Amino acid sequence: MRAFTQHQGVVAPMDRSNVDTDMIIPKQFLKSIKRTGFGPNLFDELRYTDEGKPDQDCSSRPINPDFVLNQDRYKNASVLLARRNFGCGSSREHAPWALEDFGFRVIIAPSFADIFYNNCFKNGLLPIVLPEDIVDRLFQEVDQAEGYQLAVDLEAKTVTTPSGDTFTFEVDDFRRHCLLNGLDDIGVTLEDAELITAYEESRRKTAPWLFGAGS
Amino acid sequence: MAGKTLYDKLWDDHLVKQRDDGSALIYIDRQLLHEVTSPQAFEGLRLAGRKPWRIDANIATPDHNVPTTDRDRGVEGIVDPVSRIQVETLDKNCDEFGILEFKIKDQRQGIVHVIGPEQGATLPGMSIVCGDSHTSTHGAFGCLAHGIGTSEVEHVLATQCLVQKKMKNMLVKVNGKLGPGVTGKDVVLAIIGKIGTAGGTGHAIEFGGEAIQGLSMEGRMTICNMSIEAGARVGMVAVDDTTIEYVRNRPFGPKGEQWDAAVDYWRTLHSDSDAVFDKVVELEGSEIQPQVSWGTSPEMVAGIDGKVPDPEQEADPIKREGIVRALKYMGLQPNMAITDIKLDRVFIGSCTNSRIEDLREAAAVVKGRKVSPILKQAMVVPGSGLVKIQAEQEGLDKIFIEAGLEWRDPGCSMCLAMNADKLGQGEHCASTSNRNFEGRQGFGGRTHLVSPAMAAAAAVTGHFVDVRELMN
Ligand code: SF4
Repeated sequence: MRAFTQHQGVVAPMDRSNVDTDMIIPKQFLKSIKRTGFGPNLFDELRYTDEGKPDQDCSSRPINPDFVLNQDRYKNASVLLARRNFGCGSSREHAPWALEDFGFRVIIAPSFADIFYNNCFKNGLLPIVLPEDIVDRLFQEVDQAEGYQLAVDLEAKTVTTPSGDTFTFEVDDFRRHCLLNGLDDIGVTLEDAELITAYEESRRKTAPWLFGAGS
Repeated sequence: MAGKTLYDKLWDDHLVKQRDDGSALIYIDRQLLHEVTSPQAFEGLRLAGRKPWRIDANIATPDHNVPTTDRDRGVEGIVDPVSRIQVETLDKNCDEFGILEFKIKDQRQGIVHVIGPEQGATLPGMSIVCGDSHTSTHGAFGCLAHGIGTSEVEHVLATQCLVQKKMKNMLVKVNGKLGPGVTGKDVVLAIIGKIGTAGGTGHAIEFGGEAIQGLSMEGRMTICNMSIEAGARVGMVAVDDTTIEYVRNRPFGPKGEQWDAAVDYWRTLHSDSDAVFDKVVELEGSEIQPQVSWGTSPEMVAGIDGKVPDPEQEADPIKREGIVRALKYMGLQPNMAITDIKLDRVFIGSCTNSRIEDLREAAAVVKGRKVSPILKQAMVVPGSGLVKIQAEQEGLDKIFIEAGLEWRDPGCSMCLAMNADKLGQGEHCASTSNRNFEGRQGFGGRTHLVSPAMAAAAAVTGHFVDVRELMN
């Protein structure tokens, strides 16, 4: 996994609450058996005016000029500013894959849905929770200044605005550690293989009916 | 010290390691796999040269992409080549790693969340995961069941553990009795309407109270299924006689002496009377009406005697904007009666409502009636091959067909329209599924979430109607 330490980038505002994973990446694109290539279909139904199909060249599709990511000033955005309960709905990891493939590294919102939040960390994408009043303020600042950028430091757990205001955020130590070092958490877990085996052996004794059923 | 909640007990029973940083390794007893969220996980295993930790903990089936007609042709019958590759990839991966799979032509094939309980592959006290957010369904059995992402599917395949941080405890208590014609679906929609789609975020919800205890396992599964629509990854109901009777004699369940030992353990799977919850929400069962969703989020619901809301009346600006957007997408006017919403299609199916009891409830309403000529389509998609067989033995298929509903083969179908079953642009659908997001059932489609009985009532009238009026 790609490590994340610091990042500075253009901010795109996604000004609606409860953005669900069906909206982030519609189901027809989940048929892929790969992890990459979802970027052109990120927010497909909002971004284009026709119905998207898998394996289609998106460069000639009719676009919705009002949609934020179609506006020139946000085309190279790497920080997504969002509203409450971002990423609600299904567990599809295709949602963070699509955001990452598009070029996003950071998502800032007042709250996230649990599974989405968790999936982001597995893909080098940093979801940051900031209080609603600060998010409101960032929305205003982004709107007023073209090319508005935020600087994020995961080590220090801070977000810094162009005017130098700094906000701190919370993140679990384990997730932060894995992301800072680009660690594969399967490798980390397997360091405890002996503990897992010991647990399994005792469970086999106390609940033998849980073993052997699926083979 | 205060007693333990059901969640506390399940957590403690599966704890392999508590790390200093607050994260923990939780042992997973069962993983269910399907074709959409597993290919990249198997690929990841192969790339890293890893093997599955415990083959017999896994069970797989294709469900999202399978067609609901023409199933004799098996995988060949999947017209869309991209869908076909995904199903074939699941078959290949399961064959390669020796994982038990109910393939497309197996009569045990079905929606993962229907087949787990049906086979006894879901048992009380288990920890269960699946790369699907509706894995919370299995919590109806007093299980710790998490929906997970694909990286976690790979992690569980490789280590038999999930990295978790303990969630907070939330109790949703539904007091008293439900009225006639009011089902588990109406209860869960009313709960989500009350607490909102983020109301359970960060919490494991236990559903309790007299109304929940009075429900069948099907009804409890419907409620736990939609925990995720209330923001909670985990939903649960305590084990009682209803649970144990449902599990008895299931193919993968314990037998003989092991059965007795298992039942002794299962009887402990309830919250202690002095357990403390971080959050408690109470509803009165007798006040819950049959529900209909009018908007594009499952919290946008109303009772059947209610009205579409007026954004002008909403004080919170973010919510107001959400209502305006939803009404525009849904093509509805503020203050119109729910019963005035006209329909184009009816879908009875999905992991929320495609079990035998759901089909019985729908059949009881359409029996002796005809599908309204206003509708373009009304379809029934059983949750598994075995549900289909049982329904046919009970003659439900004939009731549906005589009334003019289509009787299909099992799968996810129009719940998310990854197969050929979908809504056209602008069409309104009364659907027994769980999500009414924009485009969920087809590009530009408009979904209204309801119970099977309410969907059946809508099918025979062409618009929403209080099913209790048809029950007299
Ligand atoms: S029926 Fe719908 S919600 Fe359930 S697993 Fe299938 S697609 Fe997901």
